[in-house]
Amino acid sequence: MSETTLEKPKTGFKPATYTPTEGKLGIVCCDIHPGFTTKDELGKFMPLRWREHVKDYGIRTSNPFVGALPYPRMGHGMRQDSYPPEGGAPASSLSFMQEQLLDPLNIEFGLLHALNAGPAAVNLELGAAVCTAVNDWQIDKWLSKDTRLKGGIAVAQDDAISSVAEIERMANDERFVQIAMVPRSIESMGRMRYWPIYEAAEALGLPIGVHTAGYGTHANGSGGWGSFYMEEHCGFANPAQTVIVSMIFEGVFERFPKLKLIVVEGGFGWLAPLMWRMDREWERMKDEVPHVKKKPSEYVKNNIWLTTQPVEEPPNVRHMTPLLEWIGHDKLLFSTDYPHWDFDHPDRAFRVPIAPELKQGILRNNAISVYGLT
Amino acid sequence: MTTTLDSIMDNQNPIVGIGAIDCDVHIRSPNQADLMPFLDDYWQDMFPYRGIDEMELTSAPHMSRHFNRAGAVGGGAQSPKELAENLLDPLQLSAAIVSVVNAAQAIYDPYLATAMCQAINKWIVAEWLDKEPRLRASLVVPFQYPEKAVEEIQKYANDSRFVQILAITGGENPLGKRMYWPIYKAASDAGMALSIHPASAYRHSPTASGYPSYLVEQQVSWVQSFGSQMTSLLTEGVMTEFSDMKIVMAETGVAWYFGLSWRIAKDWRGVRVEMPWINESPEKILERSIRMTIAPFDAPPNPDDGQMVIDCIGSADMLLYSSDYPHDYKDVLGAWPAAIPTQHVQKICIDNILATYPRLKV
Repeated sequence: MSETTLEKPKTGFKPATYTPTEGKLGIVCCDIHPGFTTKDELGKFMPLRWREHVKDYGIRTSNPFVGALPYPRMGHGMRQDSYPPEGGAPASSLSFMQEQLLDPLNIEFGLLHALNAGPAAVNLELGAAVCTAVNDWQIDKWLSKDTRLKGGIAVAQDDAISSVAEIERMANDERFVQIAMVPRSIESMGRMRYWPIYEAAEALGLPIGVHTAGYGTHANGSGGWGSFYMEEHCGFANPAQTVIVSMIFEGVFERFPKLKLIVVEGGFGWLAPLMWRMDREWERMKDEVPHVKKKPSEYVKNNIWLTTQPVEEPPNVRHMTPLLEWIGHDKLLFSTDYPHWDFDHPDRAFRVPIAPELKQGILRNNAISVYGLT
Repeated sequence: MTTTLDSIMDNQNPIVGIGAIDCDVHIRSPNQADLMPFLDDYWQDMFPYRGIDEMELTSAPHMSRHFNRAGAVGGGAQSPKELAENLLDPLQLSAAIVSVVNAAQAIYDPYLATAMCQAINKWIVAEWLDKEPRLRASLVVPFQYPEKAVEEIQKYANDSRFVQILAITGGENPLGKRMYWPIYKAASDAGMALSIHPASAYRHSPTASGYPSYLVEQQVSWVQSFGSQMTSLLTEGVMTEFSDMKIVMAETGVAWYFGLSWRIAKDWRGVRVEMPWINESPEKILERSIRMTIAPFDAPPNPDDGQMVIDCIGSADMLLYSSDYPHDYKDVLGAWPAAIPTQHVQKICIDNILATYPRLKV
């Protein structure tokens, strides 16, 4: 879910400039957030019935505020140099995205996560209409204009029936390379209400890309709602973990062994300790979950990948090296999170030496292979 | 000297005989009959009339098998004698900090919560501390009613056997919130630490994505609640306002800490304008305030990597020895974690603990 803010806040930031990384191999960015040029841009992709509904009743979600984020973000949470010169929200102009991101960073493929209210709408039918519109909008504005960009099929996941229908509607369009889901809907993602989506995904060979979120229907952790955006942002790592824990322990990967899960924008510093913890608790409590046949970390190895941004930054940078080894370099897919403020640059995100072939895996090859990008 | 895996398998536990202090020991949740002598007339009427008995939490069910080693019941020691025979004597501990983790801090009625906390503390004194001099305890205080929590802390300020106050990870509000600061002021004035223990009042679901189907998922996910509480206590300013008060995270698994502390420090560099009262890099503040008990210890598959985990956390100074008695980890009771090099035994079992708890003398 995102709130579209078209106007740049008044600050003195100067645009960053990058030198094109000529001669380097291309990279794959697994998390780009396309924006709207005008506020009503999605409307033309929605039927009149829902356009009227949105006009009269809005799109209600669990966010307590209309038209504002629960924790107002500094500079709207955007890179201040990412507002297109011709106006509109950050990442709303293809030509400016090409100029600022795709060309200078030599991005071979850019995977879109079109954050939208569809999966969060409490009116599920409306949510499905929003998702359908978002999918058609992705084609119209992005996928049909630049072949480097790849889409994610938005679904109103709390209604599995409409979600499967939407997946089947888009499945033959190879410009969509994954099903885009959110981790903080009504129930956690391993619960059976979502299994029809996984069944369709596995059958079609489409990975599930889950973009993490700082707020949603439930408080972040069992202790309640925090006060600050910083808490929300640190909390992005929580639903990212829950997706993994839930889908493993509720048995999704036993039932759908070929399903691929990509957890987006949760960072990855927590993954190694989480694998150790899951394995330890599974050894201790596995009689509660007889359907979980393998050590939880085995499912991570076989079925799960993470995008890298925001890369955690240890005070002693060298500690990144053991972390990468504990996780496995092959589990990580590079992402910038353009145009958000905590953007990671491929040349600067990892400040430790990484063997060239492993680094090339993180920056490009792992994603090519996981998504089958061509 | 380093301990080999063989010596642990031989049960040559390096902590035995050094006078170690155990910072996380569970004692049973008192039932109605236990508490009646410590209630006033009104509550003595109400407890039986309203069927208020052992207040067990759904989030931490005492009877659950994984909380009970072979022979144990009720998720906690049943008597000081049992503790002496099973834990204190065999490990030759110089002290052990016992806690009652139950619904006292989850009850909705603030007056009942207060009565129950008061009675539990009196019961801990009469039935445990007075009977076994090696025991120390966590004071239970009603976070639902901060004024009474403050009174309770002040009441025991001169009884140094209470070395910390207890909070559960999942209460009504994040622990950093201003409404709780009087509690921390009182604890800090008394020299007590704040200990946070896994358990939830279920005001909020165990995860940000709702209620998981299985207890094991909740068990895995406690680290998220600890993370949120740590972020709350830092960002709200509790760690800097009450910088002498250590925050002891009990039974967390430890290893989760490094990923989050790195993230917190990075995020702070990006959004520190939101909390101008935090003007020192968070990893320094966290390293000063946060302490973690070592049972369980989420260790890498190769125990040789254990020192690297400690390096990633910051230092072994943040770790406190615990057995988590009588929870069942399918290992030898009180075993030293194979992944923690034994060069840290003296610090983790004694020095760090005495520095964390100024009231604790052995």
